[in-house]
Amino acid sequence: MFAIRKLSAAVALALAAAAAQAQVSDGVVKIGVLNDMSSLYADIGGPGSVVAAKMAVEDYLKASKSSLKVEVISADHQNKPDVGSQIARQWYDVDKVDVIVDVPNSGVALAVSQVTRDKAKAFLVTGAASADLTGKACSPNTIHWLYDTWNLAHGTGSAVVKTGGDTWFFITADYAFGHALERDTAEVVKANGGKVLGAVRAPLNTQDFSSFLLQAQSSKAKVIGLANAGGDTINSIKQAAEFGIVKGGQSLAGLLVFLSDVHGLGLDKAQGLVLTETFYWDLNPATRTWSKRFASLDGGKYPTMNHAGVYSAVLHYLKAVDAAKTDDGTKVIAKMKELPTDDALFGKGRVRQDGRKIHPAYLFEVKKPSESKYPYDYYKLRATIPADQAFRPEKDGGCPLVK
Amino acid sequence: MSEIFGIPVQAFMGQLLIGLINGSFYALLSLGLAVIFGLLNIINFTHGAQYMMGAFCAYLLLNKIGIGYWPALVIAPVIVGVTGVVIERTMLKRLYSLDHLYGLLLTFGLALIIQGLFRNEYGTSGQPYAMPEALSGGRNLGFMFPPNYRAWVIAFSLVVCLATWFTIERTKLGSYLRAATENPVLVQAFGINVPRMITLTYGFGVALAALAGVMAGPIYQVSPQMGADLIIVVFAVVVIGGMGSIMGSIVTGFSLGVVEGLTKVFYPEASNTVIFVIMAIVLLFKPAGLFGKER
Repeated sequence: MFAIRKLSAAVALALAAAAAQAQVSDGVVKIGVLNDMSSLYADIGGPGSVVAAKMAVEDYLKASKSSLKVEVISADHQNKPDVGSQIARQWYDVDKVDVIVDVPNSGVALAVSQVTRDKAKAFLVTGAASADLTGKACSPNTIHWLYDTWNLAHGTGSAVVKTGGDTWFFITADYAFGHALERDTAEVVKANGGKVLGAVRAPLNTQDFSSFLLQAQSSKAKVIGLANAGGDTINSIKQAAEFGIVKGGQSLAGLLVFLSDVHGLGLDKAQGLVLTETFYWDLNPATRTWSKRFASLDGGKYPTMNHAGVYSAVLHYLKAVDAAKTDDGTKVIAKMKELPTDDALFGKGRVRQDGRKIHPAYLFEVKKPSESKYPYDYYKLRATIPADQAFRPEKDGGCPLVK
Repeated sequence: MSEIFGIPVQAFMGQLLIGLINGSFYALLSLGLAVIFGLLNIINFTHGAQYMMGAFCAYLLLNKIGIGYWPALVIAPVIVGVTGVVIERTMLKRLYSLDHLYGLLLTFGLALIIQGLFRNEYGTSGQPYAMPEALSGGRNLGFMFPPNYRAWVIAFSLVVCLATWFTIERTKLGSYLRAATENPVLVQAFGINVPRMITLTYGFGVALAALAGVMAGPIYQVSPQMGADLIIVVFAVVVIGGMGSIMGSIVTGFSLGVVEGLTKVFYPEASNTVIFVIMAIVLLFKPAGLFGKER
């Protein structure tokens, strides 16, 4: 917990072509998976993200017959921005890491993005949510791959307002991510004619939400928006049931809910939740095949959207390294924006100038226990949000890179 | 509508009650710590992990062999208490003659190992543990909707706390225990098996942690780090109450729960730190804690 754990895991030195590419620094492309390995976000990314990164390396080398040598290492940032940026610095300066992936927790991600920019390396964010990463804090060295607060707010937020939930109270995780999610959702609520009655800021990793839930209850808002994630979301939903909040006529909107959260809550507590994700394992035959392979490598746990994002991001990164014939961070990121993206999990897409990766998003509803037919059969699809509407328009983000 | 400090009186009462509920967990956990420190002079950092083991024990009893909440309330503390006895017999007893720091390091290391093992097996999202049928639901008090289960937690932990206090401070067995910590050699000379008494005391302290764990199961997720999050706060409670003071830890546990609950209304951002601020202030003016004796 306290010592930095470095599960150094050398992999995939396959295809023994000794002639390393001249432009790849020290002959190895080194990928660092940096995330929460041990606390409330560990099931969302955690060791599973390392598995996903290794799968991407294996699949890329097999499919492309590339002669790249790739190594994957990982570390635990403990949800602390100072720890995260210190690891990033050490990785870039000492351990010759070329790219950092995952990094849930927007506070840490914003810090790592700055370090990456200073060192001219590459940073692929899948775990963090703050839309500021491609807005005012955008960087030529960062790509925001998977989802963001704007995307969640517009998916879940507008769906809920349209079905009558027009007064809101927020329970917000008190750091960059929660603030951004609350801000973006409040905008959507107001734009659709709804009203925000209040908000309460709960410290990250709170065990007991009863106090906050009680404040939400007495606000008489129709919808209680949970602008939090992971263990915080699980505890809020679980304790809301205890205080009879849903029975009392208020509804809960989980603004960021992952498959692992629903699994942890169980369907009887989670049923009926409406949520936005950009990946679900049971979407189509390709996602099913990949997810079952992932589960067999990760102790039977099915992948979250974040695991799929890590896989997809690493795959595109390696493609760009080969195409650019270098692992120079700034050049590879530029190449990633130039090449169209295409993989089995997210389909065809692209990366915008502001660093935003574009793909469709999905509005899901959590099934009732009686509707679930097999393990991890948790979501039913309510709507597909096409790629061009799923994310904030490039011109609205205020990113200085967009001319 | 009448108001207290600018918030409606109903909401205020609700928050007070919530504070008491959390306070009962603090009290139960800090009580175990106080018993162990007072009688063994060991700062038991494994306490959080043992609380978590209690919750997991109840979870496994239910899901593997179908034993429900009520029997688990007895069985889980006994099982975890036995593991505590094993730890005391094989490891802790070698440390009594050494500085406090060694006990702290050993128990902290054990806590990390135990939590790591559970995390490896169960992940961090936690496992759901259903509320016992008889206590689900709640009653409408007008100013709030207190779940029955939480009312039960307050009542039961108060009873356990007071019973423990009574046993140690007011019975013959308790007097032996207290005497044994003052002067083990003399007490042994009277024919009392002091090492066995100390072992059982540690087992009892650990069982209290496990009992709190079982009670926490239906409220929180049963997850490997549930104890790690709590233990730091509980240590602050013990320090504020006075290391080793039984009554001190009970009173401080409940009252800090209330203070924390109210902070969540007035300035929620500070709710994670308020206890430590109080700890710093108390230590400045009363280094032995509110109820502690200067040694």
